[in-house]
Amino acid sequence: MTQDDLTIADPKMRAEGVNVFYGDKQAINDVSIDVGTDLVTAFIGPSGCGKSTFLRSLNRMNDTVASAKVTGKIELDGEDIYAPSMDVVQLRARVGMVFQKPNPFPKSIYDNVGYGPRIHGLAPSKADLDVVVERALVRAGLWDEVKDRLHESGTALSGGQQQRLCIARAIAVDPEVILMDEPCSALDPIATAKIEELIHELRGKYAIVIVTHNMQQAARVSQRTAFFHLGTLVEYGKTTDIFTNPKQERTKDYITGRYG
Amino acid sequence: MALTNDHTVKAFDEDLNRLRGLISEMGGRAEQALIQAMTALKQGDLELAAQVVRDDKKIDALEAEVEQLTVQTIALRAPMADDLREMIAALKIVSVVERIGDYGKNIAKRVALMDQTRSIEAIPVLMSMSNIVAELIHDALDSFAARDAELAVRVTVRDKNVDDFYNSIFRTLVTFMMENPKYISESAHLLFVAKNLERMGDHATNIAEMVYYVVTGEHMEERERGEQPEDGAAEQEQG
Repeated sequence: MTQDDLTIADPKMRAEGVNVFYGDKQAINDVSIDVGTDLVTAFIGPSGCGKSTFLRSLNRMNDTVASAKVTGKIELDGEDIYAPSMDVVQLRARVGMVFQKPNPFPKSIYDNVGYGPRIHGLAPSKADLDVVVERALVRAGLWDEVKDRLHESGTALSGGQQQRLCIARAIAVDPEVILMDEPCSALDPIATAKIEELIHELRGKYAIVIVTHNMQQAARVSQRTAFFHLGTLVEYGKTTDIFTNPKQERTKDYITGRYG
Repeated sequence: MALTNDHTVKAFDEDLNRLRGLISEMGGRAEQALIQAMTALKQGDLELAAQVVRDDKKIDALEAEVEQLTVQTIALRAPMADDLREMIAALKIVSVVERIGDYGKNIAKRVALMDQTRSIEAIPVLMSMSNIVAELIHDALDSFAARDAELAVRVTVRDKNVDDFYNSIFRTLVTFMMENPKYISESAHLLFVAKNLERMGDHATNIAEMVYYVVTGEHMEERERGEQPEDGAAEQEQG
């Protein structure tokens, strides 16, 4: 793995020698990677390679799995996120997550977006909350489509709109990092294109890490790509290099469709 | 270079194999055009020369077929990494092979214009030069078929011999023209033939460079080429 020009000057998140175990089984083996705000980072790899597991370790979603154990160091702005002093709820507000299937709360569009800011005390008054909700929906590219029906149920939206609602919900609490776990795999091509455009818009405002099975999508939305295989980080590099001239044979076999 | 594994989608391999087959056939035809044109030149065989000119249409048709298949494969298979590099190289290689075919045709067309020149002493040297050029074309296309970067490098190195031949033939023909003014027209044609051969060698080198890029993902380093032939200008000044 070469480090030429790959160093991120001021990484938002930094993982160093990370191992993740599920009981006796090691799912992630000694992974080190930096994530920056100006770059979208894509994690690719075959099913079971550990990319989602690693993504989830970045905001301690693995804590919810009883047998999961994480060793090594993961820092957010230089702060160890697995330190006992770390407030996990606060951490997940700073490191938001968007899942494969859109999962809006069975509440109104407004409440879906406003819930987080309200419980985190980001919007003391109704007027403040209105502003926060509108800004999040605008940023998520959903405002024009829902501004006249904010009090309808979030679950009544189309799949693509629901996913953008979930992104708006993540944005509403003003996170620093957004983790996306196959955010488009349940969406049609148009909805997918809107999410990709959104990722492009959000780049620079938030550090974005996206796990995707769609390599064309990784190529389209990211500037850095990490290829995982069997729990190890096989290759990390500029997206253009990974897709035109990967250095590792395993990366090449995977992205050219020869894996397996 | 080890043989690459098959793709999970077998139809992709079929497309790639068809593409490689078409390029091999095209290269074979361009090489044949050169050999036949030179044979026609040596033997004054107007019928063979005419056949080279006719056969060039087939080379052009193959180029169009490769272009179509490449565009289709890029659109339908979204090739990546070495597959993508191969697609781009295929497009560039066939346009170069088409040029090589044109030079062969160009030589063939001159056969009818210099019926009286079999005795010119440069012809055997031109034949030797054309044999090397044919080998370079052959090896350049073999290196593509076999994904052989080392063979590609050797092609670019050997192109230097072609350039040396060209410079030597240039001198020989200029001297010959001075001594035999009545053969100036024929000698001028032979100069163009030599120039065409020299350009074909350069094109073989271009193919080799693209093969190197396909195989390694890197561009070939500035090669040792010696001095570029500039129509023997340097030699002329010395003489």
